[in-house]
Amino acid sequence: MPDVTKTDVKTGRVDPVGGAPEVTATVTKPEKTRSLWGDAWADLRRSWIFIVSSVMIFFLLLITFFPGWFTSAQPILGDLSKHYLQKPKLGDVGSADWLGYDQQGRSVYARVIYGTRASVAVGFGTTILVTVVGSLVGMIAGYFGGLVDSILSRLTDVFFGIPFLLGTMVVLNSFPERTTWVVIGALGFFGWTQISRVMRGAVITTKQADYVQAAKALGASTPRIMFRHILPNTMAPVIVVATISLGVYIAAEATLSFLGLGLSGVSWGNDISDGGASIRVAQWIMLYPSIMLSITVLAFIMLGEAVRNALDPKMR
Amino acid sequence: MRGAKSAKWVAIAAVVALGATACGGGSSDSGDDSKAAIDPNGKFSIEVGEPQNPLQPANTMESNGSIVTRALFTGLVDYDSSGKIVYMNAQSVDSTDNKTFTVKLKPGWKFHDGTPVTAESYVKAWNWAAAPANKQTNSFWFSDIQGYADVAPEKGKPKATEMSGLKVVDDSTFTITLTSPIPYFVYKLGYEVFSPLPESFYKDPKAAGEKPVGNGPYKFVSWDHKKSIEVARNDDYQGSNKAKNGGVIFKNYTNLETAYEDLKSGNVDVLRQLAPRDLPVYKADLGDRAVDQAYSAVQTIAPAFYTKQWKGIDPKVLQGLSMAIDRNTITKTVLQNTREPATGWVAKGVLGYQPSLGTDIFTYDPAKAKKLIQEGGGVPGNKISIQFNADGGHKEWVEAVCGSITKATGVACTGDSKADFQADLQARDAQEVKSMYRSGWVLDYPFNANFLRDLFGTKSSGNQSGFSNKEIDTLITQADGAKTQEESEKLYQELEKKLPEYMPSIPLWYYKVNAGYSEKVTGVKYAQDGDPILTGVQVKK
Amino acid sequence: MGRYVARRLLQMIPVFIGTTLLIFLMVYALPGDPVRGLFGDKAGSPQVIAALRHEYGLDQPILVQYWNYMKDMILHGDFGTQIASGRPVTDVLGDAFPVTMRLASLAFAIEVVLGIALGVLAGLRAGRLTDNVILLITLLFISVPVFVLGFIAKLVFAEQLKWLDPNVSDSTNYGQLLMPAIVLATASLAYVTRLTRTSIAENRRADYIRTAIAKGLPKSRVVGVHLMRNSMIPVITYLGTDIGALMGGAVVTEGLFNIQGVGGTIYESLVRREGTTLVGLVTILVLIYLAANLIVDLLYAVLDPRIRYA
Repeated sequence: MPDVTKTDVKTGRVDPVGGAPEVTATVTKPEKTRSLWGDAWADLRRSWIFIVSSVMIFFLLLITFFPGWFTSAQPILGDLSKHYLQKPKLGDVGSADWLGYDQQGRSVYARVIYGTRASVAVGFGTTILVTVVGSLVGMIAGYFGGLVDSILSRLTDVFFGIPFLLGTMVVLNSFPERTTWVVIGALGFFGWTQISRVMRGAVITTKQADYVQAAKALGASTPRIMFRHILPNTMAPVIVVATISLGVYIAAEATLSFLGLGLSGVSWGNDISDGGASIRVAQWIMLYPSIMLSITVLAFIMLGEAVRNALDPKMR
Repeated sequence: MRGAKSAKWVAIAAVVALGATACGGGSSDSGDDSKAAIDPNGKFSIEVGEPQNPLQPANTMESNGSIVTRALFTGLVDYDSSGKIVYMNAQSVDSTDNKTFTVKLKPGWKFHDGTPVTAESYVKAWNWAAAPANKQTNSFWFSDIQGYADVAPEKGKPKATEMSGLKVVDDSTFTITLTSPIPYFVYKLGYEVFSPLPESFYKDPKAAGEKPVGNGPYKFVSWDHKKSIEVARNDDYQGSNKAKNGGVIFKNYTNLETAYEDLKSGNVDVLRQLAPRDLPVYKADLGDRAVDQAYSAVQTIAPAFYTKQWKGIDPKVLQGLSMAIDRNTITKTVLQNTREPATGWVAKGVLGYQPSLGTDIFTYDPAKAKKLIQEGGGVPGNKISIQFNADGGHKEWVEAVCGSITKATGVACTGDSKADFQADLQARDAQEVKSMYRSGWVLDYPFNANFLRDLFGTKSSGNQSGFSNKEIDTLITQADGAKTQEESEKLYQELEKKLPEYMPSIPLWYYKVNAGYSEKVTGVKYAQDGDPILTGVQVKK
Repeated sequence: MGRYVARRLLQMIPVFIGTTLLIFLMVYALPGDPVRGLFGDKAGSPQVIAALRHEYGLDQPILVQYWNYMKDMILHGDFGTQIASGRPVTDVLGDAFPVTMRLASLAFAIEVVLGIALGVLAGLRAGRLTDNVILLITLLFISVPVFVLGFIAKLVFAEQLKWLDPNVSDSTNYGQLLMPAIVLATASLAYVTRLTRTSIAENRRADYIRTAIAKGLPKSRVVGVHLMRNSMIPVITYLGTDIGALMGGAVVTEGLFNIQGVGGTIYESLVRREGTTLVGLVTILVLIYLAANLIVDLLYAVLDPRIRYA
C-alpha cells in the first residue's frame, strides 16, 4: 500500500524524498518544474544500467537503419560452391568471413547484421502495440469496474483463452504475405491480454488509495485521475512485463519461423531455426543469431529496469 | 512421401510432403548375412508417426499407415527390388487382351481369424471400398474397372453397388474386366487398396480399422494411439515373405531428431529416415548400420501453366531454367548427399527407368541457360517464385535453387512459403499458384507409366499444373494400347525422351533413403518405396 | 462471496461462446480443407470427398456448423469426430490431456517454487549483488529461445552428463518429464521472479511493514506473512494466466522431447484443418483458464483485505 505523503510526491505537490530538484527537466506541463517524469529523467541520467543499455540500443538502432555501415557483404545470395558451411575466421573482425558461412554459402555476419531490422521491428512494434492496447483496456476495466469491467474482462478472457502461439499461428496462416506489420499485428492481436490483466489488477489496488479518492473529491477529471494519478503508480509491473515481452516477442517470432510462419526475409528467427539443421557440424549458424538475439533482449530489459527504478521513487 | 517430417521438431504434418500415396513395393528377397545367434521370436521396434486414417487397406494414403497395413495384409502381387512382379496370394494373373484378367488364388491362405481367403474376399472388399458411401480415400484406384462409374458416379446417386467388371468364378478364381486395356494393370494390383477383407470386417468397419484382421505376415496385437502399434508374426502365413522375427512394435515419434537419439541409446531398432541435423554425423555414429540407398521418388518444380506467366511459354525458357540449376553442388551441400541429381522424369528402381535421355538440359551450364532463355523470349516479368510447404523441410533447397537460377541467369527468384501442406495443396487445387510450385512424386507401382501418364496426361489425376499437350496425350493412348507390358514400357520410354521438348516440369533430383538400425537387429533392407522390409529383419539373441 | 462466484460462473458463458466461435471462424478462414488434405498430391475422387464433407457437415454454412457442434457438445458431451482417423475427439483429448497435465503441473510447480523464492531473495536484497546475479540469470532465461534452450539442455544433461533421458518415452515417468518441464518453465519462471522482486522491493518500504517491525514482530513473520501476502497479487495474477499458457503453449517443448500431448495435437489439428479437434481442445483450455481466473480473483480477496467482493 503506497503511503500518502510519498504518493502525494507523485502529484508534484511535495518535494520528493531524496529526489533532486530538477529545473531543466522535460516536463509534461511547463508551469510545473518538478514532476514525476522530470525526477525520473534526472535519475535516469545517473543510472549506469540506463547508460549501458542505451548505448547498446543506440548501436542496435544504428545497425537497424544503416546495416551497410557495418558490413559490405550482402546477406541474400550465397555461393554454395565456394562458401558452403565455411568455418568462422574470428580473428578477421568485421569481414564477411568473420562469423563463417551458412548452408546457403551466405556470410553469417551479414545475415546477423541485416537480420537486426526484422527482430527489432517485430519486438518494438509488438511491445508498443500490446502495451498501449493492454494498458488502456486494463486501465478502463480496473478504473470503472462494474459493467464496463465485465465486458472488457470477458473480451480479454476470450483472447486469452486461446493459447498465444496457436492463435498467432492461425492468424499468420491466413496471410499469403507475411510482412513485419502482419507479424506484429498477429502477435499483438493475442498479446495485449497479459498486460491488460496485470494493469487491471494494479489499478484495482491503486484505485483504493487515498490520493485517488482525494483527487476525485477535488473534482479532477477522469482522464486526469487516470493518467496523472493512477498510471504512474501502476506503471512498474506493466513496464516489467512489457520489457520482458520484447524478448518474448522476438523469440515468438523465431518460434513462428520454425513453423515457416515467421517473417519472409532475413531474420534471426529464420536463421536460428535453419541453423538447427546443421547444429552438429556448424554451430555458428545458430550461435551468432542466438547471441545477438540474447544481447538485444538483454539491452531492452536493462532499459526497462532503469526506467522502472527511476519512475518509482519507492524503489530507491 | 517423405519429408513431411520436417527438419524441425514438427513431424506431424498431415501427409508426407512429397506425394501422398504410399505404395505397394515391398521386396520378397532378403539377405541373411548375420553371424550372430538369432532369436526367431524376438520382436523389434521401428519408428513411425501416428497413422492418419483407420487401418483399413483402402483408406491408407500416407506412409505411417501404409507400413502397418502392409504388415497386416498381403495382396495378389508384390514386386522385387528390380521392379519385377512377384506373385503373393495370386497363383497367376492372366489376360489375353489386357482388358479381362483372370486371377487364380493360391490354396490354403487364411485370414488371421481362421477364415479362408477366397475370390469373394477380394471382390466384395473392392466393391465395398469403391462405394463412395464407405468413404475410402483410395477408392479412385478402382476407376479402371468396368462399372466403377455406376458404383461411384460423378454426380447423383449410385446406380449399382457392385462393379460389373468383377466376377467370382469359383472359390479361388475371379475375373477383372477393365473399361479399356491397360497392359501393365497387374502392377497396380500390388497396391494395398487391392487387399482382401474378411467377412467380419463388414459387421463393423470402424472397429476393423482399429483392430484390423488381415491375411498378411503379421497379426494385429494392439494399437495404443500416439504411442505404439504392436503386431506379432502370423505362424500360419503361407506367403514367401514369412516373417523372420517374432513381431514388430511401431513406436510413435513426432520428430526424427528424437528417434535418432533413441536409436543411439537403443530404445528403437529401425529408422525409416533421419533428420537433416543428424545427416552429417550418422555414418560416423552408426558405421555399417547406416543406410544410404536410392528409392523411387523424384522431386520436381512445375510451372503453373494456367498462369499468365507460363501460358504458351516457349519450352526453351524452361530448358534454360533447368540448366541454371546446379544440381550437383546443391545435392552435395545443402541436401547433404541425400538426393541424386535427376536425369529424367522417371525415378530409379522403376521398370523402364532410363539413366540418360540423351539431352543436356539436366547439366548446369549458366551460359547456355542464359542463351536458351533469351531465345525463348525470356521469363515473363523476369522473376519467378517457387511455392513450397514450410512443414516439409524444403526451404533450404528451394533457397539454393533460387540462388542458383538468379546467379546463372539474372532471373529474380524467391521461395513462396505456404505454412503447411494443406495450404500448399489448396493453392494448387484452386489453381492459385503464382508462378511455380514444388511437386514430388513417389511411385505407386514400379512401372514408368506411373511417373508419366499419371502426371502429364491432360486429364490425369496427378496433373495439377494445367499442362496439356495433344502429342503427349496421343503417345499416352498409344502406349496404353500396346499389346504387351514390355511394349508399353518401351513406348513410355520414348515418351519420356520427348518430354524435354515440352518441359511439363523441371526434374531436380531422386530421393534416397538415409536411415539406420540398432545393434540388436540384422538383415535390415529397404524397398523401392523407401520403407524397410519388416519381414526380413532378424533379431539377435 | 457465494453470489460473486455465481455471477462469475454466469459470466463464463459469453467467454466460452466467444472463444469457441472465434477459433471456429479462424480455422474456417484458413486456406485448405481437411477432407481434401487426406488425398495429398493425388486428386482423389470427388464422390468420396463430397460424401466425407457431407458426413462431417462441412458443406453447411459456418454458423450452422458451429451451432450443431456446440449443441452436440453441451447436450451429449460429444466433441465430434476426427476426420482423418475417424476417432471421437473425446478419445483424442483423453490421450493428450493427461500427458500435458503432468508436464504443465510439474512446470508450474517449478516456476512457483523457484520463481517466488528467487524473487523474494532478489527483492529483499534489492540493488545488491544477489539481486543482480538473479537478474542476470532470469534475463538469460528469457533471452534464449525455448528451442535453443531445449537443445542445450538435451546436449548438456542427456548427452554429456547422462543424468537424464533425452526423450520422454513413458509419459507417466516424472523423472523423464523433469527436463522438458524445466525448459517449459524457464520463461514463465523469469516473469514470476521479476514480478515478485518488484512487488517485494516496493512493499518492503511500506508503512505497515515499518509498523510491524516497530511492533517488534520477528523478521521472519514480517516477511513471511505481511510482506508476502501483499506482494503476491501481481504474481498470482500472472500465475493464473500462465496455467492456460503452459497447457496450450507447449507446442515447441512437447515436440522437442517427443511428448504426445496437447501441444502436438493442436499443431496437428491446425495443419490438417481438423476444426472439430481444435475447437474441442480450445474448449477445454478455455475452461481451465476460466477456472484459474476465478481462483485468482478469489485469492485477491484473501490476500488483500481491502478488496471485497459482494
